[in-house]
Amino acid sequence: MEFKDYYKIMGVSRDATQDEIKRAYRKLARKYHPDVSKEPDAEARFKELGEAYEVLKDAEKRAAYDQLGANYKGGQEFRPPPDWNTGFEFSGGGYTGGDAGDYSDFFASLFGRDLRGGAARRRPAHTKGEDHHAKVLIDLEDAYHGATRTITLRAPAVDAQGHIITKEHVLNVTIPKGIREGQHIRLVGQGSAGVGEGKAGDLYLQIEFRPHPFYRVDGRDLYLDLPVAPWEAALGATVKVPTLGGIVELKIPEGSVSGRKLRLKGRGLPGDPPGDCYVILAIALPPADTEPAKEFYRKMAQELSFNPRVKLGV
Amino acid sequence: MTTENSLSIFAIGIHEEQFQLTLADLCRACAVHAERIVELVDAGVLEPEGREPARWIFDGASLHRALAALRLQRDLEMNLAGVALTLELLDEINALRGRLRAMGEP
Repeated sequence: MEFKDYYKIMGVSRDATQDEIKRAYRKLARKYHPDVSKEPDAEARFKELGEAYEVLKDAEKRAAYDQLGANYKGGQEFRPPPDWNTGFEFSGGGYTGGDAGDYSDFFASLFGRDLRGGAARRRPAHTKGEDHHAKVLIDLEDAYHGATRTITLRAPAVDAQGHIITKEHVLNVTIPKGIREGQHIRLVGQGSAGVGEGKAGDLYLQIEFRPHPFYRVDGRDLYLDLPVAPWEAALGATVKVPTLGGIVELKIPEGSVSGRKLRLKGRGLPGDPPGDCYVILAIALPPADTEPAKEFYRKMAQELSFNPRVKLGV
Repeated sequence: MTTENSLSIFAIGIHEEQFQLTLADLCRACAVHAERIVELVDAGVLEPEGREPARWIFDGASLHRALAALRLQRDLEMNLAGVALTLELLDEINALRGRLRAMGEP
């Protein structure tokens, strides 16, 4: 088990006042709150922060932690001394934060899993089990066509000996056609088991798309960069475009410039109304890597009086 | 690691589009008393259809909005006006991020 440096996690010094600790917590909580933050590791950071604050805001826990931690550094291998907490009396300040079950093994080895009284906690005889939430990555193609996919989730669980273990939960899930990023699939009865005759909770899967090699997604609309030859853009042409529903022909108007946006109506993700597919033209230059090709470019330079920088006044 | 297989195939719809919730459903799913949900409606965080609480119908998207609002209230000690403003700004930021991504920004 690793020693956790709660002061470092909160960015405060060891002699910080309780007010300083509170201020540091509030600031970092806003920064890493998973509903607000776009930091990739926000959820883990927020949990770690909650755990650090749980200890440092409580004078008793902080004193116990200080006594223990004086000789340790964050990340160092840690083994709590046998009777380390004798001599400390916990008045049952307990947990105030939300998910005490999420605290690290390090925390649990010092303060126990649940100071509120664990199994003695009163619950109604029949309660619906908790809902679970998870994010899943799917391919854009699956959202377009609909699909059945096997999804593996990991969830912490408690085994017969009372140890926390990681359990794999394998599900065959139908991905509804037209689902968008951020939407949820609800699997009834796949959350925690109910208590007594209470029903099991539900499992909500939040959809995210794997990055696609050429489409970008905004809601139901798709965006595609389409390379075109200079003569296709200048003279107009009909070219093939890959869409999720198959190849379609697109007419490029004469005199198109790079960045021109053309719309393939209804070729985005299905729905009511379906999204559109926007094709953004990108003029690709043929390489001047042979003598005839170079000669051709020289000829263009001679025969076309073209100043691409005329708008810049040079 | 142990593995639990659920062999059945779950055929279900998009929660946001195909499910509606009553006030009671929403309270149960969020594990809060009705007063907390009524507060969120009064603050404009949730916008159910129907005139009075007993007839309110929430769309599927309300569930995750309500959960986020309750988390913000609890974790950041925010008041309702702050929560409402935060969620509106987050909607706007997410829409702008979507546009940026569509334009090819990372």
